[in-house]
Amino acid sequence: MTMTDDPATHMGSHRLRREDPALLTGEAQFIDDMSLHGEIWVGIVRSTEAHATILGVDGRAALEIDGVTEVLSGADLAPLWGEGALPCAWPVTDDMRDPAHLPVATSVAKYVGDAVAVVLADSRYAAADGAAAVSVDYDPLPAVVDIEAAVAEGAPLVHEDLGTNESYTWPLIPDPKAVDAAFAGAAHVVSERYVQQRLIPAPMEPRGVIAAPGVANGELTLYSATQIPHILKVMTAVTLDIPEHKIRVVAPSVGGGFGCKLNVYAEEILCCALAMDRGVPVRWTEGRSEAATATIQGRGQVQHIELAADADGKVQAVRVKLLADMGAYLQLVTPGVPLLGAFLYHGCYDVAHYSFECTSVFTNKTPTDAYRGAGRPEATYAVERAMDSLAVAVGVTPEEIRSRNFIAADAFPYESCAELTFDSGDYQAVLDKAVAMADLESVRAEQAQRRADGSNRQIGVGLSSYVEMCGLAPSRVLASLNYGAGGWEAATVRVLPTAKVQVITGSTPHGQGHETSWSMIVADKLGIDPDDVDVLHSDTAISPTGLDTYGSRSLSVGGTAVFMATDKVLDKARLIAAHQLEANEDDLEYFDGAFQVKGTPTAAVPFAAIAFAAFTAHDLPDGMEPNLEAHVTYDPPNFTFPNGTHIAVVEVDTETGNVDIVDYVAVDDCGNQVNPMIVEGQVHGGVLQGAAQALYEDAVYNEDGQIVTVNLGDYLVPSAAEAPVYRVASHVTPSPTNPMGVKGIGEAGTIAATPAVINAVVDALRPTGVTDVTMPASPQTVWRAINEAQGGAS
Amino acid sequence: MIPASFDYEVAESAEHAVSLLADHGDEAKLLAGGHSLIPMMRFRLAAPTVLVDVGRLDDLRYINSANGTISIGALTRHSELEHSALLAESCPMLASVAALVGDPAVRHRGTLGGTLAHSDPASDLPAAVLALGATIVARGPGGDREIAATDFFTGYFESALADDEMIVEVRVAASAGGWNYQKFNRRAQDWAIVGVAVAEGGAGVSLVNMGATPLRASAVEAAVAAGASAGDAAAVAADGLQPPTDLNADADYRRHLARVFTQRALKAAGVA
Repeated sequence: MTMTDDPATHMGSHRLRREDPALLTGEAQFIDDMSLHGEIWVGIVRSTEAHATILGVDGRAALEIDGVTEVLSGADLAPLWGEGALPCAWPVTDDMRDPAHLPVATSVAKYVGDAVAVVLADSRYAAADGAAAVSVDYDPLPAVVDIEAAVAEGAPLVHEDLGTNESYTWPLIPDPKAVDAAFAGAAHVVSERYVQQRLIPAPMEPRGVIAAPGVANGELTLYSATQIPHILKVMTAVTLDIPEHKIRVVAPSVGGGFGCKLNVYAEEILCCALAMDRGVPVRWTEGRSEAATATIQGRGQVQHIELAADADGKVQAVRVKLLADMGAYLQLVTPGVPLLGAFLYHGCYDVAHYSFECTSVFTNKTPTDAYRGAGRPEATYAVERAMDSLAVAVGVTPEEIRSRNFIAADAFPYESCAELTFDSGDYQAVLDKAVAMADLESVRAEQAQRRADGSNRQIGVGLSSYVEMCGLAPSRVLASLNYGAGGWEAATVRVLPTAKVQVITGSTPHGQGHETSWSMIVADKLGIDPDDVDVLHSDTAISPTGLDTYGSRSLSVGGTAVFMATDKVLDKARLIAAHQLEANEDDLEYFDGAFQVKGTPTAAVPFAAIAFAAFTAHDLPDGMEPNLEAHVTYDPPNFTFPNGTHIAVVEVDTETGNVDIVDYVAVDDCGNQVNPMIVEGQVHGGVLQGAAQALYEDAVYNEDGQIVTVNLGDYLVPSAAEAPVYRVASHVTPSPTNPMGVKGIGEAGTIAATPAVINAVVDALRPTGVTDVTMPASPQTVWRAINEAQGGAS
Repeated sequence: MIPASFDYEVAESAEHAVSLLADHGDEAKLLAGGHSLIPMMRFRLAAPTVLVDVGRLDDLRYINSANGTISIGALTRHSELEHSALLAESCPMLASVAALVGDPAVRHRGTLGGTLAHSDPASDLPAAVLALGATIVARGPGGDREIAATDFFTGYFESALADDEMIVEVRVAASAGGWNYQKFNRRAQDWAIVGVAVAEGGAGVSLVNMGATPLRASAVEAAVAAGASAGDAAAVAADGLQPPTDLNADADYRRHLARVFTQRALKAAGVA
């Protein structure tokens, strides 16, 4: 397949997003733009204690407030969900501990933000006033905040009945003896400990829910700012014991998710249960500060990584031990997040022996779950930081240590030591391109000059070469990991009588531009204008089957389903054309929107004529069903493996500790590109989100388990003003896994940027003796690291 | 993030605003640009029962100059300071500092009178006004009175304004000497972690976010006056101060930053 910038071929062109006019003019409808007749509002009383017995809930003052109609404790609400608890769909081991997780706590609050009571009111204002007026009597219990402290002897327990704070231990150690032998014989051993701080996802739109009952027939429509209407429908049915065919889930315009809307939340189940019970629409809108604790957080790991290398720095073995913070409960895929990185701690390097073990731990904090990259940024951070340490130990440049270890371009498909099959790549070519673009020779000359001058503005260079596993996921592989669902995606391509086309996708966009990209795929195959292709999604009544959007899966799985459904439409159209031309179908070719007999352009049937013929059904081949429509469910045979090298150049003010990213080069291989503009946008946003973990963002808890970063003044999401000037390029090796040769780009920037930036900061500080900087590398943190390295006060 | 219930009154004039303040006592707050007050109300850190909106008093939006004194109406927006040709010519530091407040949306709503009355020790313009030795004109039931900037900031978010007074004008002398403003923050729209304003070649030096109020750095000014180098003068910038500790900076780091940025500001203002 060719992809070009020729406007006659849409795939490969920088086509503007059709989604944007409605988003930019405010016409797009988000949850909070909707209102339903008779709706009531929910205000949620959240625990102010990290761990406490709930002695009582006093709603008298709240009930005095005009508009407040009811105050309900967890115990009052318990009959609404009976045995049903919030679901965890990924029991990664058979003996994983998964404590019952009720939407509203009944007896013990387990984290600041845990729902402990509910106010019903006739407006959002009254609900907020009412929630603020409810008095909860707590008897505080010792809180477990730090994950290393949580596994120490005698630690307080988050869940007393479990007898431990460990949820599970999951090993991936194909050959332990070989790993030990490699370390015993190594010329260089790098052994590092890194901390992945917790992050607050902070999408532009916080969450929101409206549950609307159809009382006469026992129906329920759930509107939610979710990434996963299809999964949510199944889970709501199971949790509340509502027949699944009575439930419709709609995700209207959704203002970003980054993984945090890939969940089944207490508020969704609560609003549905109340709506079914009361027979009126019930709604809740999350506040920004509420989102800091009521929505899942990302990362939260302590990583121990060791590399064993020979004298030349060739890595023989990688050994990883991970402590992962689950928070107080397991949300939808909480325990699986470390597993999504478990296979990738050897990075893009040809390593023979591998050992990975993760222990997951409960703490009295908001649950963690998937956040952009989910496991893969953590893995890449560890191996890319450690590779820089190895480069120092061996005495070579960061690019040289990577080149000595890369999986060779001719080794694909490559069987990894963690038992994955990498699809395609040319990691050395990608790195060479990035090094050339960054002009590292000049940058290093400037760095040497400033070091010689003792300048208070030191330059640092940081590389990060990454590979990720995307295209989630082959269903049988998910089965082997104990995941509770498959990884396929569904698509329907429906040709209307006038040759306009509807595409129905099970992949649910929340900012990615599916409508634009899917229309380009279909238009190119059918030889029509993308504007003649409509893309429908995000409503289970319109798109009944799907597995939604996460893990950079949409194009490589959902887009492939669309591609294949379009092929099926063309196959049927070809039969109709052959019938009309009285020709053998094998003698036809499809060119410029028409079937013609090969070599005889005068004998042609345009697509529009076929579409109308399929509709009238006056003259179809014998036995053929009317209409032109095809449905495909595509289960990918393998993951895809996007990769790249990013280079950050930073300037550190050694007097203040301030870090500026002065250059940023990203070279990515996401396979073939349907819309390079969308690819670039994903890289830009991803890089800034990754740099944010490196320099800005941190969900800060104090020793009592109180979170102190609950607004965007304290939780430092960077803005456009902090963004570096990105210099982006690509190197394409098409994926052999799917017919379009695509891999995925949604998380690449986030995965690559964090270690690139921190490696650059450490490189800048090398003359001061600093060898590590904790994240986020705030000015104060950097300043103290310098002081400490120089033996001064920290 | 939902404010408590409040009543709302639109002031027709400064006098009307003052009379509404007199009627409601300390239950009322003036609303100008609202970009400090409204967020505090949404966090429920402030819960006035009456808001008196003075944001439409366009007769208090002006920048005039006469006899070497620049008079600025209290409702003048930060963006108007930022783009004023008069200030660029006669008091460039004020325009330059205004350009660093918040983000464009904040600068198009925020007012000079509002930011002074709010008296946030982390805000930029109060420190600038302090270094410039400005005079603040307050209107009350008994008429106008002048308050020297050095007497204006009395405590943490507290000023010399009475409950029934509003700022109507700020007066600064046309400045001549070297000046500079150093603002250290992590994101462009954030408050300063530490800021340093130097006016009149080091005769006026003030500090942002180094205590309960914007502070005049008298020891630095004295050192400069005595002929000290920028480095020597900056060395005393944090002496005796009790700066706050927050997520961005502990007190010791803030003291260090105050010395670093005072030195940089003095040098940029022409002190050797």
